[in-house]
Amino acid sequence: VAEALALIDYGAGNLHSVYNALMAAGAHHVTVTAEPGIVRGAQRIVLPGVGSYKACMEGLSAPDGLIEALEERVLDDGVPFLGICVGMQLLATRGVEHGITEGLDWIPGEVKPIERTDPAIKVPHMGWNDVLQARHHDGSELIEEGEAYFLHSYHFQPDDGHHVAAMTDHGGGLVAAVARDNMLGVQFHPEKSQGYGLALLERFLDWKPS
Amino acid sequence: MTVRIRVIPCLDVADGRVVKGVNFVDLKDAGDPVEQAQAYDAAGADELCFLDISASHEGRGTLLDMVRRTAKVCFMPLTVGGGVRTVEDARELLLAGADKVAVNSAAVSRPEVVADIAEKMGSQCIVASVDARRVGEGRWEIFTHGGRRETGIDALAHARRLADLGAGELLVTSMDGDGTKAGYDLELTRAIADSVSVPVIASGGVGTLDHLVEGVTEGHASAVLAASIFHFGQHTIAEAHDALRRAGLPARGV
Repeated sequence: VAEALALIDYGAGNLHSVYNALMAAGAHHVTVTAEPGIVRGAQRIVLPGVGSYKACMEGLSAPDGLIEALEERVLDDGVPFLGICVGMQLLATRGVEHGITEGLDWIPGEVKPIERTDPAIKVPHMGWNDVLQARHHDGSELIEEGEAYFLHSYHFQPDDGHHVAAMTDHGGGLVAAVARDNMLGVQFHPEKSQGYGLALLERFLDWKPS
Repeated sequence: MTVRIRVIPCLDVADGRVVKGVNFVDLKDAGDPVEQAQAYDAAGADELCFLDISASHEGRGTLLDMVRRTAKVCFMPLTVGGGVRTVEDARELLLAGADKVAVNSAAVSRPEVVADIAEKMGSQCIVASVDARRVGEGRWEIFTHGGRRETGIDALAHARRLADLGAGELLVTSMDGDGTKAGYDLELTRAIADSVSVPVIASGGVGTLDHLVEGVTEGHASAVLAASIFHFGQHTIAEAHDALRRAGLPARGV
């Protein structure tokens, strides 16, 4: 029986790109959904996201019972979870884009603007950059070092350094991936990172968090 | 290292076909944009740009279908430009699988559309075009209709305005240089790149690998766009990356 993967549909623009990449990485049964009932039956969950933190959090909060179903499945049942870009940032306690927005608070921390320390540092941070493994923890087996495509103006700063799975450098260190137990969040876009990104998705599809 | 300089091949398409024939080996159908996109994906292009030059409105459905088919098989960022006038135009392309939309003439006639798209879909998905011609020493103006029609709008002021309205990056094309193979207008590129906080893509006039390098070292661009030097097999993406690295710039493919 093919494993059911729920790709959360809350109006995020990159949904179809993520769908295409998951299929190319070997996923068999991907359901694009915002139905709490389907989320509760999923064996793996992917949360995409592009655009503003506030708009994404509002989109995620709109379907009745969706966040509750996600928390039940990810936090209580421990199914493997992948958040991408703003889908990763939503794991934080709060975001400060367009005013303060409360996030999911699954990985405590804040999402803040990237500071331009030098006029040559452009924001958005846009393009291919390093993914450098940060340290050993539950999610590190999924993160291999390489180059991935980033596109963001805000960055996630977890309160606990143990939750940082990977870093990149753009006028200073930026968190490239966060991890905690069965959750992995990547700031970059695996669905747009050619071979490196597809290989990461393949590892996620096989991931059995201990 | 830091973020890499992006090398972006650009394909002109009309009615779902590539307009200028591309001279890759091993292509079954040199006019098929999807097959060419796949070839660039495999070659390690950092992004790809489709510029739709269809004159007819019927070309729209064909374009969306082409974007949909490309997004299924290409796993790199895809920018699609041409005919984006409203939020709805942008939304359709993004839903079909484009990652960014380039806003061209609408950014001149109604720059607010950039703010509309930024508010609804996010700044990250908007590439605003700045098509300029030199009108005097250190002065450039915006031209439309392929560089034929003058607008009297100062290019630097226009570029700053588009960035302020929420464009995630600017595609700066020298209409003087386009098609000449004489290189980018480096002064124009640098003047704009130094006055905005968002990345600038240099475009128009590339004839050699050195031109790509100069676009960054002298033009201060974050990305370099080119068409014919890649399409006709004169240079590969890997050679472009090598040239950038030899100049001490960060590029992919180490």
